[in-house]
Amino acid sequence: MSRAQSNEPVNSAAAGVEHDADVLVIGGGPAGTWAACAAASAGAKVILVDKGCCGTSGATASAGTGVWYVPPDPAKREAAMASREKLGGYLQDRVWMTRVLDRTYEAMNLLAEWGYPFPQDDEDRPRRSNLWGPDYMRLMRRRVRKSGVLILDHSPALELLVDDNGAVAGARGLRRQEGGSWLARAGSVVVATGGCAFLSGGLGCNVLTGDGYLMAAELGAELSGMEFSNAYAICPTFSSVTKTRFYGWATFSYEDGAPIPGASAHGRSAIARTLMTQPVYCRLDRADDETQALMRASQPNFFVPLDRAGIDPFRQRFPVTLRLEGTVRGTGGLRIVDESCATTVAGLYAAGDAATRELVCGGFTGGGSHNAAWAMSSGFWAGAGASDHALQRGPAWKPRRVRSAGGVGLRANNAAEFDPAQVTRAVQAEVFPYANNYFRTRDGLTASLDRLDDLWIDVRSAGPAAAARVVKAREAAAMLATSRWMYRSALARTETRGMHKREDYPRQDVAQRHHLVSAGLDDVKVTVCTAAERSQQEMAA
Amino acid sequence: MIELVSEQRCITCNKCVQVCPMNVFDAVEDAPPMIARQADCQTCYMCELYCPTDALYVAPDVGRATAVDEPVLEAGGLLGSYRRAGWAVPVGSSRSSDQSFRLRSSE
Repeated sequence: MSRAQSNEPVNSAAAGVEHDADVLVIGGGPAGTWAACAAASAGAKVILVDKGCCGTSGATASAGTGVWYVPPDPAKREAAMASREKLGGYLQDRVWMTRVLDRTYEAMNLLAEWGYPFPQDDEDRPRRSNLWGPDYMRLMRRRVRKSGVLILDHSPALELLVDDNGAVAGARGLRRQEGGSWLARAGSVVVATGGCAFLSGGLGCNVLTGDGYLMAAELGAELSGMEFSNAYAICPTFSSVTKTRFYGWATFSYEDGAPIPGASAHGRSAIARTLMTQPVYCRLDRADDETQALMRASQPNFFVPLDRAGIDPFRQRFPVTLRLEGTVRGTGGLRIVDESCATTVAGLYAAGDAATRELVCGGFTGGGSHNAAWAMSSGFWAGAGASDHALQRGPAWKPRRVRSAGGVGLRANNAAEFDPAQVTRAVQAEVFPYANNYFRTRDGLTASLDRLDDLWIDVRSAGPAAAARVVKAREAAAMLATSRWMYRSALARTETRGMHKREDYPRQDVAQRHHLVSAGLDDVKVTVCTAAERSQQEMAA
Repeated sequence: MIELVSEQRCITCNKCVQVCPMNVFDAVEDAPPMIARQADCQTCYMCELYCPTDALYVAPDVGRATAVDEPVLEAGGLLGSYRRAGWAVPVGSSRSSDQSFRLRSSE
């Protein structure tokens, strides 16, 4: 075995490649692949770029997911919508929930037509409420290719491009394996880069560093619901496997074996409070033999790492932690302003975890089925919308000149570059601790923001990152920007709602049943948007 | 983290280089791929899942390198155990063995 540590292989001598397309999709997870297929089937010429590899990148490919698949039976649909409204703090929108349920039902049935091998029950009926990540995303990659879409793997986008009118006109980035750069001119762009999990090591989540939020915000796009960004997943302390369903069968205990009062898969606060002073252990001791066998057959990937560590989770206690999954299983993201998932920037669309999921989830998900339903729905709509937008510009549309829209870490000046690893650690030190982010207070948030704002000033006045470090520099900058939208929004919401918990405001406040819109990079602003204002804006658009 | 590319088993197809979302491997001419950026490994196991010869081993610890011994892994049946556990439907099979739908809520 050979091993060496080296930086990104960037061959600066390698020539850049240039592409023209109607639609550029950034991100090749569920939302991006659905967007690419939808845009291509509407007749657009489409390019999809992925920072890693379309088909294996992101939270879905390695983890798999339940799906909010509900047959079109009015009583079942009503129950599905009503069941989570309280949990989400009543910020959902019934019109959007209905659209997503309709679209998800169609999309899942399409997956079956395309050959997704859904399991069957004892009556030979297909069961379509769950997707295994590797199979789902392998199929989606195949569909994207079949649609005639050009896929560029290992091609992180560094920044968006704009035309002379300030409309989005494409993006540029690096080719990490071939060397050199890519530049894609496009009539519209779909941001499907996922959420931001702050490199916390959750399963498949380290590619999700908020890159799309930063790139879109550099064009003036707004975000919504960024206070709903403190999803923490239960996970064996040593492991990356942030799959939490099976902890419903767990008992959580202190080191001496005594059960922790109130600790459960749905009672994570008690786990978080305990972890602030001492380790937490768990055993899946509430699963009988039959359930144990079903669990192994449902999520084999939950068990292999435990097997490898020599732990029998049904019989032995093992230490667990709560790993931050930020907006991946939170619900905040880019604000969308109409049914095609357009952002406030002309030609720029957002889908999946890169977009806000408040419309279907309110202030709480915990991930899984609603996010998956949102990804396949919003991806489809964003792809179709982006295609319409680009094709309306007509075949004659070609931006004569495109300008780079990116800032931090990219623009030439005489200053020295910043150290991405150092900035990443500084951001993590503010967003990981339960005392800061799980249990929020005015004092804690204000102190964090003071440090994060200072760090932003340092980072944005630093010089351009060297080619070997620029991807990590942009990721660090995106995580830093994300943390500031998060905490500014969290400070503005002086109540407890959804996953947002304020120790100093422990109750839900009826007067704050509204969305918080955050925007800006140097100067972060948070404004209130009521549900009525939002639907008026959607109607006007 | 990724700890092993078995030189005995590797057929240098470089599939792992392509599928790794974190770009951890570098292809090497006429040789097995090199673990070039181990610290970037996110322990997602996708490389193992795609390896046609079970030549890779991802240790369960995330963010921390651990020493592994290939003969011990081999003897313990650990090479390829992620794939054999049934995660991902085998090529040619038209039905997933996913039993999620049978699991009732624990509440």
